[in-house]
Amino acid sequence: MKILVPVKRVVDHNVKVRVKSDHSQVDLANTKMALNPFCEIAIEEAVRLKEKGIASEIVVVTIGPDAAQEQLRTALAMGADRGLLIACDSPLEPLTLAKVLAKVVEQEQPQLILMGKQSIDGDNNQTGQMLAALCGYPQATFAAALAIEGGEALVTREVDGGLQRLALSLPAVVTTDLRLNQPRYTSLPNLMKAKRKPLNVTPFSDYGIEPRTHVSLLKVETPPARQAGVQVANVDELIDKLKHQAKVI
Amino acid sequence: MHTLLLAEHDNATLNAVTLNAISAAQAIGGELTVLVAGENCRAVAEQAAAVTGVTRVLLADNAAYRHPLAENIAALLDTQRSGYSHLMAVANANGKDIMPRVAALADVAQISDIIAVESPTVFKRPIYAGSVIATVESHDDPVVLTVRASSFPAAAAEGGTAPIEPLEQAITGGGARFVGEDRVVSPRPQLATARVVVSGGRALGSRENFALIEQLADKLHGAVGASRAAVDAGMVPNDLQVGQTGKVVAPELYIAVGISGAIQHLAGMSNSKVIVAINNDEEAPIFQIADYRLVGDLFEVVPQLIERL
Repeated sequence: MKILVPVKRVVDHNVKVRVKSDHSQVDLANTKMALNPFCEIAIEEAVRLKEKGIASEIVVVTIGPDAAQEQLRTALAMGADRGLLIACDSPLEPLTLAKVLAKVVEQEQPQLILMGKQSIDGDNNQTGQMLAALCGYPQATFAAALAIEGGEALVTREVDGGLQRLALSLPAVVTTDLRLNQPRYTSLPNLMKAKRKPLNVTPFSDYGIEPRTHVSLLKVETPPARQAGVQVANVDELIDKLKHQAKVI
Repeated sequence: MHTLLLAEHDNATLNAVTLNAISAAQAIGGELTVLVAGENCRAVAEQAAAVTGVTRVLLADNAAYRHPLAENIAALLDTQRSGYSHLMAVANANGKDIMPRVAALADVAQISDIIAVESPTVFKRPIYAGSVIATVESHDDPVVLTVRASSFPAAAAEGGTAPIEPLEQAITGGGARFVGEDRVVSPRPQLATARVVVSGGRALGSRENFALIEQLADKLHGAVGASRAAVDAGMVPNDLQVGQTGKVVAPELYIAVGISGAIQHLAGMSNSKVIVAINNDEEAPIFQIADYRLVGDLFEVVPQLIERL
C-alpha cells in the first residue's frame, strides 16, 4: 500500500511570533522554522505502518519555498522513501493547497493519505477535509489510533466528550491528533542516508491551478494584554478577593 | 442575507454551544435557518425553534445522520446551500470535521474559529496559537464559517416560534462507517460552556492526586480541565484538555493549578474573565496572565481552598 504524507514548513512551535509594525503580516524574518508537529506525527504513523509490512512506499509532499526541502529531508530521515516539493514562494490558501494535493493524489494513486490535523501557524484545520471532499474520499479527522484491517482504515477519533471509532473504505484521508504517536528523532546516519533519497522539485505552475483569493488578510494584531494581576499571600486572601473584588464566587 | 447554521446536539438535546453560534449569526444579520440533522431528533428541532432569533428550522431526521459522519452531513449541506449567504457551524469536533468539506464541495474557502464579526464579510480569528489576531475578509458566496463558541454570548433559549420543516433526503455511502464510541460520562458542567473551570497540570503527579482538582471544581460547581501534560501522563481523558489542540474556554473564573502556562495552553484559556494561578514556581509563565497569583505548594493550598469554600 502506498501512503502519501503532505507536510508543511512552519515557525518552530517554541517561537513567540511578532506582528510587523504596520500590522500587515506576522514577522517571520530570521525565525526558526521546523516541520509542523502534527505532520511529524503523520510521518511517524506512516513509517510504523511500513515497519509492520502494511505500507510499501511512503511519499512525502510539500508545497512551499525551496527552503522546505529541509523539512522533506527530515521526513526522509524519519523513514519516508521519496520526497516531492511543489515550489511556490507565496503562501497559498487551504483550498488551493487541497486542489494541488488532489492532483498529486491523481498522479500517485495512494491508498492512504495521512496528514496533520492543522498547522500551528494558520490554525485552520481544513486542508485534509478539503482534500477528502475534492477526491470524493472518506475522512477521519483527529485520529488517536489507526489500524489497517480487511481493506479498511479503522480509526479512533478524538471528539468532544470522548472517543469515536470509524471504519473507512480505502482510499481515505486520515488527519492526525497529538496522541496518535510519539514521533522518533532523526539520527545522524539516517540524515546522511536521507540525502541520497529521491527528492523531486516541480514548479507550482505545472499543476495548472490558478490560485484565487478567497480570503484577504486585512490586518494582524497582538491580542489585548491582560492587566497585571496581584499576588495574594494565602488562601484566605484569595477567597476574599474572589468574593469581594472579582465577585466570581 | 440568510445564514444556515448546523445545530450541535446528541439527538435529544440542543447543545448549549449552538446558542453561542446563533448570537454570531445574529451579529451577521439577516435571516437564520438552523439545520438539525440526526435520528429521532425532533425534540432538538423544537428546542432550536424556540431560540430567539431563529427564523426557520430544517429537520433532517434519518438513520443516515444518527452519528454526524462528515461525508453524509457535508453532502446534505451541499444540497441545501443555495439561497444562503453564510453556512456556519460551531468550531468543535463536528464543525471542524464537516465544514471544510462543505466549503470544498462549494468551491469556496472556510474561515475557521471566528471570534468576532466586523461585518457580514469581515471577521476576526486567532492564528499562531492565539498569539496573533487576524482580521480577514471573505470574497466568497457563500461564506463558510466555524464559530468559537466562547467568544459569543448565548442567545435566549426561549421566545422564538420558528416553523419546523422536514427534509426527506437520506444521504449515505460516503465510505465511512460508524463502529462505536467511548463517551466520558460526567455529572459536571460541560467544559466548553462552564461558568467556572478548574484545571490541573503536570504537578499533580498522579491520577489519585488529580481528585483534588475534581473536589475543588465540585465545590465551585465548575468543570474540570487539564493541561496536555496531565493528559499525556494519563491522569485524565484527553477530552478535558484545554489549549490550542484541545478545547478553548472563556469562563468567568479559571483556576490553573500546577500548570506552568505554555503558549499552547494559554491559547485555550487566556480570554477567561478572571484567572487564578496556583504554582510553586514564581517564574511560571502562567503568573504573567493571572489576575490572582498564589505561590505555594498545591498539595497544601488546594485542600485549604476546598475546606474554606
